Amino acid sequence: MADLTSNFLGITSPNPFWLASAPPTDKEYNVRRAFEAGWGGVVWKTLGSEGPPVVNVNGPRYGAIYGADRRLLGLNNIELITDRDLYTNLEEIKRVKADYPDRAIIVSIMVPCEEGAWKAILPLVEETGADGIELNFGCPHGMSERGMGAAVGQVPEYIEMVTRWCKQYYSKPVIVKLTPNITDVRKPAAAAKAGGADAVSLINTINSITSVNLDTMSPEPSIDGKGSHGGYCGPAVKPIAMSMVSEIARNPETHGLPISGIGGITTWRDAAEFITLGCGNVQVCTAAMTYGFKIVQEMISGLSEWMDEKGHTSIDDFCGAAVPNVTDWQYLNLNYVAKAKIDQELCISCGRCFAACEDTSHQAIAMSNDRTFTVIDEECVACNLCVNVCPVEDCITMEAMRPGETDPRTGDVVQPEYANWTTHPNNPAAKAAE
Amino acid sequence: MPADVFEPGIKSARLEPAAYETHFEDLHPPLDDHEALVAADRCYFCHDAPCITACPTDIDIPLFIRQIATGTPDAAAKTILTQNIMGGMCARVCPTETLCEEVCVREVAEGKPVLIGQLQRYATDHLQRQGTHPFVRSASTGKTVAVVGAGPAGLSCAHRLAMHGHDVVVMDAAPKPGGLNEYGIAAYKTPNQFAQAEVAWLLQIGGIEIRHETALGKDMTLAALREGFDAVFLATGLGGVNALGIDGDDKEGVTDAVDFIAELRQASDLAQVPIGRDVVVIGGGMTAVDAAVQAKLLGALNVTLVYRRGRDRMNASVFEQDLAASKGVRIVTHAVPTAMHGNGAVREIEFEYVDNQMRGTGQTLRLPADQIFRAIGQTLKGDDLPDLEGRKIKVASAGQTSLQGVWAGGDCASGGDDLTVTAVAEGRDAAEDMHNTLMGDDG
Ligand SMILES: Cc1cc2nc3c(=O)[nH]c(=O)nc-3n(C[C@H](O)[C@H](O)[C@H](O)COP(=O)(O)OP(=O)(O)OC[C@H]3O[C@@H](n4cnc5c(N)ncnc54)[C@H](O)[C@@H]3O)c2cc1C
Ligand SMILES: Cc1cc2nc3c(=O)[nH]c(=O)nc-3n(C[C@H](O)[C@H](O)[C@H](O)COP(=O)(O)O)c2cc1C
Ligand code: SF4
Ligand code: SF4
Ligand code: SF4
Repeated sequence: MADLTSNFLGITSPNPFWLASAPPTDKEYNVRRAFEAGWGGVVWKTLGSEGPPVVNVNGPRYGAIYGADRRLLGLNNIELITDRDLYTNLEEIKRVKADYPDRAIIVSIMVPCEEGAWKAILPLVEETGADGIELNFGCPHGMSERGMGAAVGQVPEYIEMVTRWCKQYYSKPVIVKLTPNITDVRKPAAAAKAGGADAVSLINTINSITSVNLDTMSPEPSIDGKGSHGGYCGPAVKPIAMSMVSEIARNPETHGLPISGIGGITTWRDAAEFITLGCGNVQVCTAAMTYGFKIVQEMISGLSEWMDEKGHTSIDDFCGAAVPNVTDWQYLNLNYVAKAKIDQELCISCGRCFAACEDTSHQAIAMSNDRTFTVIDEECVACNLCVNVCPVEDCITMEAMRPGETDPRTGDVVQPEYANWTTHPNNPAAKAAE
Repeated sequence: MPADVFEPGIKSARLEPAAYETHFEDLHPPLDDHEALVAADRCYFCHDAPCITACPTDIDIPLFIRQIATGTPDAAAKTILTQNIMGGMCARVCPTETLCEEVCVREVAEGKPVLIGQLQRYATDHLQRQGTHPFVRSASTGKTVAVVGAGPAGLSCAHRLAMHGHDVVVMDAAPKPGGLNEYGIAAYKTPNQFAQAEVAWLLQIGGIEIRHETALGKDMTLAALREGFDAVFLATGLGGVNALGIDGDDKEGVTDAVDFIAELRQASDLAQVPIGRDVVVIGGGMTAVDAAVQAKLLGALNVTLVYRRGRDRMNASVFEQDLAASKGVRIVTHAVPTAMHGNGAVREIEFEYVDNQMRGTGQTLRLPADQIFRAIGQTLKGDDLPDLEGRKIKVASAGQTSLQGVWAGGDCASGGDDLTVTAVAEGRDAAEDMHNTLMGDDG
C-alpha cells in the first residue's frame, strides 16, 4: 500500500490533503470535525490584528455557477478574514494542535503592511504551537480596499518586505499565499523567495461577478440591491491555478521552491495532477464546502489506489514529474501529426462533431444520408475540437501518424525528427539548426 | 411457436433451444463504463445519507458512488465489500426498490432513484474480474469456529472470522456452497455461475475449510460441535416448507416451489427441466414470483399465481409483481385453495374467494393445472437447537443464542427480513461479537 504521508517543509501530516484557509477552518469546531474525517492538515481561517474584528456582510456572501443537474462548478464569495476575536482563535488553535499532534496546523495571517503589526502578532502565533504560518496576500475583495490581501500580493516589493519581517520574527516555516489577480505570477513568487519564504501557496480566489439579476439589475450575490466583485474558486478555476503553479515550478528563478497547490481541487485526480506539477501538497476549500469533509476519504482511497497502480510508494515519487513536460509553445514538435478518428461502434450519430467542425473549424467531418460521421483526413488539422464536444468518451480519438506516412492534408511525408518553430522556415526569426 | 407449448402435462423442451438462453439472461444487464459514470453523476453525496440507513449492511453508498465517479471502481468495491462481503450477489438480488433505492432522495423527489444496485454491481464486478482479494488475514489466533450452513449468513460470518485470524470450518448439508445463492435465487438474477465464482473469490481470504454434505443432526450433533470448537455459528436457513393441508396435496405434479427452483438452478441444460402447460403457484412472496416467472420462461403456456390476500399484502415487491405480469404471469388474489382434482396426477385446482378478513365468500374458482407449486413459506428444520422465538432460533442483537458459545444468523434466526443482504449483515455482526468474546476470554 502506498504511503500517503506528507512532509512539506518538515511539517508532516498523514496525507497531503489540507483544508485551505476559509470557512471550513474558521474555528475549533470545524477543524476538529475535519481531523476526525481524516484531513491531513488545515490552514486556519486568516487572522487579523488584535482589536475589534472585521465585520462581514449580513446578506448573501456566495454566488455560484452550475453545470448540468445543478452541479456546482464555480463559487464566488465576498467574505472577509475571520470575524472572531484574535485571542479566541489563538486559544482554539493551541487546544486543537495539542489534541492532534500528528496533523498540520498552519495559521493564516493578514495584518496591515507595517512592521509593527507583524512584530506584534507573530509571537502570539508562535506561542500556539502551530506548525507554520501562511501570509494571506491574496484575498481580492474587501480587505484589498484596506491595503491588505491582494493589494499587497500585487506588489512584489511588499511581498518581499513582509516575508522578510516574518522570517525575522517567527521561527517556523513561512508560506506565502499568492493572488491570481496579477499578470505574471512568477514575479510575486520570486519576491517571496527573495524575502526568504519557505514556500508559496496558490491560488487564492479570482476577481469575479457570477451573475446579474436581470430584474433588479444587481450583481449577485446582492446585498440590498448592490453587489461587489468577489473571489472565484471551485472546479472552474483549476486550469488557471495549474498553469500558475507550473509557471513557478519551471521558472529557473523559483524552480525547487516548495509549492502548496490550491484551486478547484475536488477529487484525488485533481490533487495528483497538482502534485505532478510540482506541488508538495494540496489545499482544498470549495469541494469541502460543497460536499462536506467526508470527501477526503475518496481523495485518500483514490490517490492511494492510483499510486499502487503506478508503483509509486511515496508522494515524492511523482512530485513534479510533469514539470519537465511543461514547455513554451515554440518548443512543441511541429513534426508531430495526428488525425481524428471516429469509432463507428461507439458513435451515437448526434452530429455535434460535424456542427463544430463544419461551422467553426476545418470542414473535416463528412456526414452521410444515414447519419454516419467520418473524418476527412485531407482536411483534418487534428485540432481536437470534435473530441472535446463529442458526448461519448473515447468515441473520437487522436491517432498519431507514423514517420514515413504521408499527411493527406499537406502531402508532406511525416518526418521522424523533432523540429519546432525556432527553426521553422516560416519563422522570420528562425535560427538555423546547428 | 413450437407446437409443444400446447401439449398438456409436464414436459421438457417446450421451447426452441435458442429461446432458453434469451429467456434466462441477466435481468439487468451490467452497466458499461459510460453508463456507470452517468448513473454515478446523479448521486448528491448526501450527508448522513438515507440510503446507507436503508441498507441492512450499512454500505457507505455515497462514498462508493463518488469513488466510481472519480474513476476508482476498485476503491468503490472495497468500500462495499468492507461492509458486505457478498456485495456482488446483493447487487444482483437485493430488492433495492424496497431498500436503498426506495429512500434515495432522488427517488423521493423525482421518482428516479440513483441506480445504487447496478452501480454496486459495476464496482464489485470490476474488482472481482481481476481475481484478486482485497483483504488480508490477521495473525492466527489459534481459535477455531464451526459454521453450520454455507449460505450468505454462514459465509459472511466465516469470512469475517477468518479475517480476524480464526480458523473456520464450514459444514453444509448440500454438495455445493452458497445456500440459496446457489439453489434458490432466480436464475436470471445470477446467471453464469456467479454464485460459485463469488464463493471461490470469498474463500481466497484463507483460513476457511468447507465440508460439503455434512449435516447437523445427521453427521454431527450440536453438542459435539460445542465440544470440538471454541464457538459455533448456526446458519442453516429454512430447510422445511409449509404444507397446504388440503385434499389432493399429495397428487403427482404438486411440489414445493423451492425444489423446482433448485432443480432449475442445477440443470446444465434448461431445456431438460420439465414444466407443465398450466402451472399454478400458490403464495405471495419472492419464492412464489420466482417460481411463476421461471415456469413461464421455461415455456409454460398459462401460469397463475394465486395469493390469499390483496396485492398490497404480498411480500413480493411491486417491482417483482410487475416483473411477473410483464412475463405473462396472471396474478389472482383473495383466493385460498380448497381441493385438488385429478386421477393420480393433478388436473385441476379449486379455490374459494375470501374477503380481506380471510372469510370465505362461497364463490369459487377452478383452474386447470397439470403442475402446482407450493410457495407459502419455509420453516426451520431440525431439533436439538437453542431456544426458539416463534418458529426461529431466538437471538440477541449480535446473534447470541440461549446456548453459551453458540450464535445464529440468517433466515434461521429471529429478527430481520429473510433476505440475502440481511443474512450477510447478521453473519458479519455475529462474527464481530464472536471475535470479541473469543479474544476477551484471553483477558
Ligand atoms: C426462491 C427464493 C428466492 C429468493 N430470492 C431472493 C432475492 O431475490 N433477494 C433476496 O435478497 N433474497 C431472496 N431470497 C431469500 C434469501 O435467499 C435468503 O434470505 C438467504 O439465502 C438466507 O441466507 P442463509 O444463509 O440464512 O440461508 P440459506 O441461504 O438458506 O443457506 C443455508 C445453508 O445451510 C445448509 N443447511 C441447512 N440445514 C443444514 C444442516 N442441518 N446441516 C448443515 N447444513 C445445513 C443449507 O444446505 C444451505 O447451504 C430468496 C429465497 C428463496 C427461497
Ligand atoms: C468563503 C471563502 C472564504 C475564504 N477566505 C479565505 C481566507 O480567509 N484566507 C485565505 O487565504 N483564503 C481564503 N479563501 C480562499 C481559499 O482558501 C482558496 O484559496 C480558494 O477558495 C481556492 O481553492 P478552492 O477552489 O479549493 O476553493 C476563501 C475562500 C472562500 C470560498
Ligand atoms: S448554510 Fe446555514 S448559515 Fe448559511 S444560509 Fe444556509 S442555513 Fe443559514
Ligand atoms: S460527436 Fe461523437 S457521437 Fe456525436 S456524431 Fe460525432 S463522433 Fe458520433
Ligand atoms: S440518497 Fe441517493 S443521492 Fe443521496 S447519497 Fe444515497 S444514492 Fe446518493
